Amino acid sequence: MRDVYVVSGGITKFSKASPNKDFRYMVKEAFDYAMNDVPNLTLDMIDGSVASYFSDHFTRQLMAGIMAQDYLGLCPKPSRRIESGGATGGMCFQSAWEAIASGRLDVCLAYGFETMSRVNTWKGNEFIALASDTNFDYPVGGFYTGYYAMMVQRHMHEFGTTVEQMASVSVKNHGNAMHNPYAQYPMELTIQDVRNSEMVATPLTRLDVCVMSDGAACVILASEEMARKLTDKLVKVIGVGTGTDSMRLADRPHGDVILLPHEKKEDYAHLKYPGVHSFRGGRMAAKLAYEMAGITNPPKEIDFVELHDAFTSSEIQTYEDLGFCKYGEGGRFAESGAAGLDGEVPVNPSGGLLACGHPVGATGLMQAVFALWQLQGTIEKHFGNDRLQVKDARRGLIHSHAGTGTYITVSVLERGF
Amino acid sequence: MADVKKIKVPETQEGTVVYNLDPLIVKSHYEIDYIHSYAQDSPFFAGLSAGRLMGSHCPKCGYTYATPRSHCMQCGAKTDWVELPKEGRVHTWTTCHFGSEVFLPETPFTLILVEFEGVNTLFLSRLIGVEPGRAEIGMKVRAQFLRNSKFLPTDVYFVPA
Ligand SMILES: [Zn+2]
Repeated sequence: MRDVYVVSGGITKFSKASPNKDFRYMVKEAFDYAMNDVPNLTLDMIDGSVASYFSDHFTRQLMAGIMAQDYLGLCPKPSRRIESGGATGGMCFQSAWEAIASGRLDVCLAYGFETMSRVNTWKGNEFIALASDTNFDYPVGGFYTGYYAMMVQRHMHEFGTTVEQMASVSVKNHGNAMHNPYAQYPMELTIQDVRNSEMVATPLTRLDVCVMSDGAACVILASEEMARKLTDKLVKVIGVGTGTDSMRLADRPHGDVILLPHEKKEDYAHLKYPGVHSFRGGRMAAKLAYEMAGITNPPKEIDFVELHDAFTSSEIQTYEDLGFCKYGEGGRFAESGAAGLDGEVPVNPSGGLLACGHPVGATGLMQAVFALWQLQGTIEKHFGNDRLQVKDARRGLIHSHAGTGTYITVSVLERGF
Repeated sequence: MADVKKIKVPETQEGTVVYNLDPLIVKSHYEIDYIHSYAQDSPFFAGLSAGRLMGSHCPKCGYTYATPRSHCMQCGAKTDWVELPKEGRVHTWTTCHFGSEVFLPETPFTLILVEFEGVNTLFLSRLIGVEPGRAEIGMKVRAQFLRNSKFLPTDVYFVPA
């Protein structure tokens, strides 16, 4: 396998509705931004692409990927579409990584989009819920917030996690987004604001849940030889991992904890795992990515994380899956400020999905764009202020998550200059 | 000259529903009937209509699933049908105050994952007869069945035991 570098990224501002631009135009906007950031790169140097979008229902257009490819002027070069629910963007990133690592392409574009405003919110919830088993789950619940609410109820029962700890994640992420001009809902909130907002599915309130968006994002990946021609701010992909779990939440069996490099079996002697409170697929993805990256102590060796916080509860569950704290301690980790901008491991310095929005196919690539800028030290250039720049960020982790933890990707990026 | 046929598209009274002119936003209806087969899971749905909750048991490794799986995810063997107990406990729950569009009229509804004694996985269902937000982990619940089956997993629901 060859080394793979991320050389550029671009993103549109995520918004509730962008009726003035269709998905092709939005991808073009993100793409042009990325191209402008690496002036030595011309269209003819891009060898191919991977397209990322979740639901054909939202566009009511099959093969939408080729329409973006065509609009960008990349035909007749190779391209393909990746779909894996909420993890589509992260999976797209890894697919582009594979294209370069294998030697098949030297420069590969990963682009993603979703235009969720084309239906009303409740219909959008229905389209998303079709990503649950349509025999047994969709007809009973048909609502992802409900599934996650059940998971965190069990988390609270097992570990004593509180709704205030969850709310603190919302406060942090919406607050961070105050300095991110690309974010959909920057807000200064208090824990009470989060608790006082409308109940969606107990215990998750409206401010515990991310919103639907229109938006696009893209990153350009390259081989080392090409990367060195394009930028002096090299960022290397040092680890990728992917994990899966059963489609039906109810089917998650109990077994042994998948241990990360810094953990011992005794740490979890009494834990029923994964139960419905933990994401086995996330553990698997983290373990594989850490092994590839040579990371032996994640909280010490990762400088920041952009993770899939579709719900405040899932951010807390993900701290544990990624090994930033032990299982059961995620609530306290949130409450302690360890995931804050100045904490031990800043999590979602961009504002995450909760505040940036979640145009599904663009989301995982959004994380890659923000991680790239963090590692290049160029947040100020792109955001117009440096408030969110993580000081001396050398290594960042991006994490993309689908279903109730059905597909999960973890990719680790490192400053290479 | 008089017998030259007029060639034209017939004019009708229907029009396009326009929401906005700049950009031009129009209504586009999208609806289908889907032919959904329960395939190998069919006996589960037939069981519901007979007041039986059917799960799967693996004769090879002994694993029991609270939902149908005609092949075992532990060992890959073909499973046997097994009737699940009518009583169980709430493993976890939520009350949904919103839902996707088709379920909005049913809100608020309470979802539970039921655990059964001697069964390795859980069962997703609705809990009826408990105030919204008032379910509890560990509470005993009992299965009830619709008299007139709709051949949906909501043909069975749970009530406090
Ligand atoms: Zn078996």
